[in-house]
Amino acid sequence: MRDVIIIGAGVTGAAVARELSKYNIDVCVLEKGEDVCSGTSKANSAIIHAGFDAEEGSLMAKMNVRGNEMMDDLCKDLDIPFKRNGSLVVCIHEEAKDGLQTLYDRGVENGVKGLRIIDKEELRELEPNISDKAVAALLAPTGGIICPFELNIAMAENANVNGVDFFFNTEVEDITVDDDKIYHLRTNNGEYKAKYVVNAAGVYADKIHNMVSENKIKIVPRRGDYCLLDKEVGGYVSHTIFPQPTELGKGVLVSPTIHGNLIVGPTAIDIEDKEGTNTTAEGIEKLTAKASDHVKNLPMRKVITSFSGLRAHETHHEFIIEEVKDAPHFIDCAGIESPGLTSSPAIGEYVGAMMKKMMNLEEKTNWIKTRKGITHPSDLSFEERKELIKKHPEYGNIICRCESVTEGEIIEAIHRPLGARSLDGVKRRTRAGMGRCQAGFCSPKTMEIIHRELGLDYEQITKNGGKSTIVLERTKGEK
Amino acid sequence: MKTYEIVIIGGGPAGLAAAISARKAGAKDILILERDKELGGILNQCIHNGFGLHTFKEELTGPEYAYRFMEQVFEEKIEYKLNTMVMDISKDRVVTAMNKEDGLFMIQAKAIILAMGCRERPRGALNIPGYRPAGIFSAGTAQRLVNIEGYMPGREVVILGSGDIGLIMARRMTLEGAKVKVVAELMPYSGGLKRNIVQCLDDFGIPLKLSHTIIDIEGKERISAVTIAEVDSNRKVIPGTEERYTCDTLLLSCGLIPENELSRNVGVEMNPVTNGPVVNESLETNIPGIFACGNVLHVHDLVDFVSEEAKRAGENAYKFVSNGCKEEKTGKVVEIVATQGARYTVPSTINLDRMEDKLTVRFRVGQVYKGAYVSVYLDDQRIMHNKKKIMAPGEMEQVILLKNKLEAQENLHTITVKIEEE
Repeated sequence: MRDVIIIGAGVTGAAVARELSKYNIDVCVLEKGEDVCSGTSKANSAIIHAGFDAEEGSLMAKMNVRGNEMMDDLCKDLDIPFKRNGSLVVCIHEEAKDGLQTLYDRGVENGVKGLRIIDKEELRELEPNISDKAVAALLAPTGGIICPFELNIAMAENANVNGVDFFFNTEVEDITVDDDKIYHLRTNNGEYKAKYVVNAAGVYADKIHNMVSENKIKIVPRRGDYCLLDKEVGGYVSHTIFPQPTELGKGVLVSPTIHGNLIVGPTAIDIEDKEGTNTTAEGIEKLTAKASDHVKNLPMRKVITSFSGLRAHETHHEFIIEEVKDAPHFIDCAGIESPGLTSSPAIGEYVGAMMKKMMNLEEKTNWIKTRKGITHPSDLSFEERKELIKKHPEYGNIICRCESVTEGEIIEAIHRPLGARSLDGVKRRTRAGMGRCQAGFCSPKTMEIIHRELGLDYEQITKNGGKSTIVLERTKGEK
Repeated sequence: MKTYEIVIIGGGPAGLAAAISARKAGAKDILILERDKELGGILNQCIHNGFGLHTFKEELTGPEYAYRFMEQVFEEKIEYKLNTMVMDISKDRVVTAMNKEDGLFMIQAKAIILAMGCRERPRGALNIPGYRPAGIFSAGTAQRLVNIEGYMPGREVVILGSGDIGLIMARRMTLEGAKVKVVAELMPYSGGLKRNIVQCLDDFGIPLKLSHTIIDIEGKERISAVTIAEVDSNRKVIPGTEERYTCDTLLLSCGLIPENELSRNVGVEMNPVTNGPVVNESLETNIPGIFACGNVLHVHDLVDFVSEEAKRAGENAYKFVSNGCKEEKTGKVVEIVATQGARYTVPSTINLDRMEDKLTVRFRVGQVYKGAYVSVYLDDQRIMHNKKKIMAPGEMEQVILLKNKLEAQENLHTITVKIEEE
């Protein structure tokens, strides 16, 4: 039996796991996907929000601003890239200028630092490609960009190093509680028991919550289509460009990514299917049109991929982070939609503090706070890189041409704590296959490395777990 | 830093032919840098025949064709490095490269020949809506899996795009026991060679649907079906024409893109139509001493033409070296303009002093023409008017210019290549 079971290895589950790994308790994470970062956490805007959007006094506002504040130190500790490129909410209608003031006031109330409303001249100076219609903007210097995969993976790895077990391909099918107040979690991989349960199941958080509570909640998957553009146009804007928000959300943004691409999206369509991550022609058309309202001559021909993500939208548009009233020792982290990525470390901290009190926890003396990321030879100087290849020749062998990812990095990704087992797992850890050829050249080579390092047959290697195999069988005449 | 007369980036058909011709012209030290584990480039996975009809007057497979050139490279003792990635080239022709054995290293080249080839346009760039399951491959990736790695991607196949690799793979997958259900092509004409449509689709009863595209991809883990629909002349989907095909594999053959990352980084001027460098009659880019040939320059249909083009690049690169690596500023430069149906030409300019007696100018047309004329004008004067039974975007065209004719034209300013209906 475990002290705590966390359901979900997305960014919320990983943040809570890392926080709980500070204490002398037995914690495990159950994840239905084959890897961490398999759901909502993997497909979003990759933005660290400043915190002027959420309603004053809401938990969402509090978590957003706190999460934003924590990001510099956290990213340093976890050795992941993060940049405060600043956000701009751009107003394109003279009569809507008041809206910027409302956002400004809300931001100040929420504790967002450095907010400023700028006129169109200053805006054009900051962003030469901004739409000619732009009349003013709210500038939030604390807004930032991050790699959501790396944040999620790094927190999970760090939790794992500090003793948290992760079980993948493990889907919770039912939860019961016995007379001793022990939770029994029935999964496709047998039963898991724990005194405490944290529900960090993303779009499935309602399903999990409703297994233990009479007060039903509903999470609506709100689909968002995105386009990712070639690095060639990664500098088309330097800030994250938002339109003014509507009731459906923060609207279609245009932003550089931390790795130098340009991202455009998302749309917002409420759907039923919790796995409904298909893009649509209308969606892509719509986001192109919307983004073009704020950024002129958007180079949409430079798209290298489009994808869609699901926000875990709770009907009241508020984070639910609390002990479930009719299910003691069962803690919800539900409705974690945008700004969930930004908020994740704050949610971890908040849940950690809550559980410390509830469980009367003692801190470990040997908790490891930092994590060293995968070696990136491309960040090294010529001499350093030369030295590295001399010691470890596999860093001299480029596998992914587009993103210059070496064999050494892929081997590292496979053998790290919670290492990659699929092509997408390698891609999210190293960026191999993330470039402009979209894995055309490197996937057979990456398969060869996975085959060699993990002893998997080619037929067993998947894109992202389950039945997503790449090849079917040997060609005729071969065994 | 080690110095070579000529460094060739890429050991595929273009790189090999360029190396051999440079050697024959007199180059002493030549180095070929190849990123793959063997020479030959993409030909190694092209195990079908049909190569070499022009060059060797016989039908060879891709590997056989490549080997004819590799043998000469071995005989001539031309140096090459495998598994070596070129990371950067500079304007003063310093090549930075990397491999496991030598680590990261720099080489000073007196001339550089770009011969990096091309890549396939991926699904992402096509904006096909739907899910993103496993089982979607560019045709060339599938070709590598089947022919090199020895694995079948799947059994029920749909192909989008009628580029040559897609057509070849339709036949290949069929021969391996898969069912190829349909080839859909967005344009009203095929992007591939006529002979491939006949030999790879018609002979196997595989339907080619022109003016059709994929509007939905189903399958959350592995692809399970696609929906194909007809498009109108503006490439907009015609409602009511949707057809659903179950499949476990989707191959994409929707265009090739020259791989010019290195060229762009060093400041080589690019032609937006070909996505390859702008070159002169010597196949030299705007940066003196940097030459280009093969699919990195413009995508070819036939490797024979690649070899021929590369031969010229090799000779000219050595000429540059033997002339002391000086930028030649003398000579009259004439521009070649492609217009009215001719989409581009290679080369784009001709220096009359440096031109050989004959110069082959290659180009592609933008649509299918039946019974139209290829015309060449020297300024306002038409000097060529050749009737062609058929011209299509999938088949490269050429005209041959004679130096004496160009020199005879007084105050020649512009050469124009165009397609005329009569």
